[in-house]
Amino acid sequence: MDAPRDGACWAFIRGSFELFVYGWYPEPERWRVNLSFLLLVIAIFGVLKDNLPGKKYWLWFAVFFPFIAAWLLVGGFGLVPVGTQKIGGILLTIIVGVTGITFSLPLGILLALGRRSHLPVLRAVCVVFIEFIRGVPLITLLFVASTMLTYFLPPGSSFDLLMRVLIMVTIFAAAYIAEVVRGGLQGLSSGQYEAADALGLTYWKAHRLIILPQALKISIPGIVNTFIGLYKDSVLVLIIGMMDILGLGRARLNDPLWLGLAPELYLFIALFFFLCCFSMARYSLGLEKKLRTGHKQ
Amino acid sequence: MANEISDTPSAEATSVDSSDLIISIKEMHKWFDDFHVLKDINLDVRRGERIVICGPSGSGKSTLIRCINRLEQHQKGTIIVDGTELTQDLKNIEIIRSEVGMVFQQFNLFPHLTVLENVALAPIWVRKMPRAEAEENAMKYLERVKIPEQASKYPGQLSGGQQQRVAIARSLCMSPRIMLFDEPTSALDPEMIKEVLDVMIELAESGMTMLVVTHEMGFATAVAHRVIFMDGGEIIEENTPQEFFTNPEHDRTKLFLSQILHH
Amino acid sequence: MKDNSSQASNPLTRLWRNQESRGVIIQIITITLLFAIIALIGRNVVINLAALDKEFSFTFLTWPAAYDIGFSPFLEYTSQSTHLKAAAVGLLNTLLVAITGCIFASILGFTLGILRLSKNWLVNRIAYTFVEFMRNVPVLIHILAIYSLIITLMPPVKKALDLGGGQFFISNRGFYMPSPVFEPGAWMVGVAMIVAILSVFLFRRWAKKVQDNTGKIYPVFWISIGIIFGLTGIVFIAAGMPLSWDVPALKGFNFKGGMAIKPEFLALWLALSYYTACFIAEIVRAGILAVSHGQTEASKALGLRNNRVLQLVVIPQALRIIIPPLSSQYLNLTKNSSLAIAIGYMDITATLGGISLMQTGKEMETMILVMGVYLLISLCISGYMNWFNRRIKLTER
Repeated sequence: MDAPRDGACWAFIRGSFELFVYGWYPEPERWRVNLSFLLLVIAIFGVLKDNLPGKKYWLWFAVFFPFIAAWLLVGGFGLVPVGTQKIGGILLTIIVGVTGITFSLPLGILLALGRRSHLPVLRAVCVVFIEFIRGVPLITLLFVASTMLTYFLPPGSSFDLLMRVLIMVTIFAAAYIAEVVRGGLQGLSSGQYEAADALGLTYWKAHRLIILPQALKISIPGIVNTFIGLYKDSVLVLIIGMMDILGLGRARLNDPLWLGLAPELYLFIALFFFLCCFSMARYSLGLEKKLRTGHKQ
Repeated sequence: MANEISDTPSAEATSVDSSDLIISIKEMHKWFDDFHVLKDINLDVRRGERIVICGPSGSGKSTLIRCINRLEQHQKGTIIVDGTELTQDLKNIEIIRSEVGMVFQQFNLFPHLTVLENVALAPIWVRKMPRAEAEENAMKYLERVKIPEQASKYPGQLSGGQQQRVAIARSLCMSPRIMLFDEPTSALDPEMIKEVLDVMIELAESGMTMLVVTHEMGFATAVAHRVIFMDGGEIIEENTPQEFFTNPEHDRTKLFLSQILHH
Repeated sequence: MKDNSSQASNPLTRLWRNQESRGVIIQIITITLLFAIIALIGRNVVINLAALDKEFSFTFLTWPAAYDIGFSPFLEYTSQSTHLKAAAVGLLNTLLVAITGCIFASILGFTLGILRLSKNWLVNRIAYTFVEFMRNVPVLIHILAIYSLIITLMPPVKKALDLGGGQFFISNRGFYMPSPVFEPGAWMVGVAMIVAILSVFLFRRWAKKVQDNTGKIYPVFWISIGIIFGLTGIVFIAAGMPLSWDVPALKGFNFKGGMAIKPEFLALWLALSYYTACFIAEIVRAGILAVSHGQTEASKALGLRNNRVLQLVVIPQALRIIIPPLSSQYLNLTKNSSLAIAIGYMDITATLGGISLMQTGKEMETMILVMGVYLLISLCISGYMNWFNRRIKLTER
């Protein structure tokens, strides 16, 4: 690889492309990663596309997708097991992002409902939890996951670092989602609650059928923004030594052959994130415009 | 308007048979923190009776009818609705709410559901009715309030009067024994008030028990058996519409009537 | 009377059906679960610590830290200093980058936000592209990229770039600039400046009173500027200009004299500032747009001039919308400053939560302290912003 220093050396990127995408995932098993990516695209399509016939089934598929993908990637139950330390690069970035997004939403909704509960103890627990998580940087939570969490577990037990990180990222995002959803809940008029009560709907039925569908719709732009933040924050895993796309790239920079190629590398990674995040942001902006025109579907 | 109605209500409410009582409120008080909103309310409503409640704003009339389906909680006294006392018991509250319909000033339709879905929602989820049956039933009530053609639209696409008629259909769909109306025409443009009142008059003719908070005196004269005047959280005066309007006893009632009739 | 279908036979069912007791039951369950989890964790911690022969205590803070901190502008620190001192240095470094970052981010953000509203197509597009690109890339990448730009693209010390008149230099070891040296008599200038500021306050109150009483409007802004610079300037000259600059100069392998700003600080400060500025720009833009066009038209119809429309009508209303999200951006910047650890800027996360943690093995104690510090900072910022927000709301009435 004789890369002339003058002029950007994109051969550098091309040469490491496979590593950047799959990490050290064993070569013969990479079809599983590809299949997961394909299923991810299908799941996203099913969630975002309006007026899809059988929308319900698409949504159910999206709900089950993380579990299917987890089985495909980690293996077991008929597939060759692959250790999570082999996972890296864009694959790791997407795993952290997608897991955080899918699991933080339901947790965040529950936290928001708890924070608006009229039961003082329940409310206090939710407030303290949300404000604590929002008050500290994600990096300290990741440190907790990597160093301190083992002390909390029963003696002798240990579980996967990736798993611990995923739990922390989910909790972190859930606290932010909770605040966004709370904003949406506050945006509803009290008349909606009263009408639901007057019809004899119970708390959970009223929330499922009347309150949450409306509150979540108002909150979608905020939720998407939180997801964009979460996706960008996923690069922080490199600080606790996990090799996502940024971590791999930086490790490569220590290789004498690649010396001095930092600008190209950072530009490439920046473009990757820009494409993902900008398209999410545009989507949310479009939705916001559509929402502003009201419910005149 | 009174003359348009065939069965001008009979004034005599003599010898109330206790088995005929559908609502019975005794010595009921309610506070909002320190503010005493309702003071010693006693009110009996017979099956099929139609009552209009009026009074200046802040007199507690809305709070009173909201206590009847427990949107507000009273602190003292008893409220018995159709044989079930309103207590902390959640099951009782559910039962009463499914038997008492309520129409709000601001309609409070669910904007994310179509008109048909709005009307069919409670029968499906509270009465556990099969969807097809519930929707068929819902169409029946939409026809009754004369807007079956709007069934697939969203509330935001309807006029205020149409929305309020949908709200009435939504309540009727639960086959309630009592209907509560909380200033149903106050948020409407003048030209839409009549279409809503017509629906309410038609409902009155069918023999529904109704409690209506309203300032529509024409409606009161036409359909009410009794008019109740509230001020400062108390029931000041109750009488037949004829007596109430032509011969009010209390000074506060006179003042109130002079204000609403001369504006 | 109709049969009361509501009486449940089972007392438990009856408790569950009662509104109040159901609330109590749910809360008791919540508390029980919470304490069970805390107790379980506590038990595990005790057993695990015992197994590792560790104990939970904060005495390690008095042990010597035994590591160097390259950037400690406020405190005297050596590797013999305690972990507590290292933490203090880290905290001050966090605060330094957070405060200077918030200031620069605000200036840049308001500028970008106003440029985004420009009617000039090119200006508008350039600002838009900058904002959209920067804020959709993780801040960690910005920090690493700026840092690597400084250390790889900037020349070594010997060939440091002269940025102006032999006074400002930049090299891969940092940015060098002259530092002020106060000579005897400089205190008089300081006193003059304080007097000037005080008299501006008095003048403003007086001018407001005059306006209230007579309706006469003074050009308050320009007179204030005149007082501050005029008075200070006259005293400065009268005292014989008691100020000189210590100019950095290349001596041997490094610069001597002047002030040096380390590349770690520079990279972190720059990246955090412009990244946050992009979010602030959007907030400012949205805030100004949210003040309805009708407000501007109404004030113009009253005959107010353009600058008065901004001063009296648009800005007070826009600020009310801008301040809550702005304060959360300040919080974000402060929390993001913890990414300093990636480039070796010694903030609280890098000292106490990084090297001290590794050297002492006190994972729990250090992490509790670090998180506590961030929580405290967050509470202070949001408390201050809430106070400020309330004040603005009150003055509006």
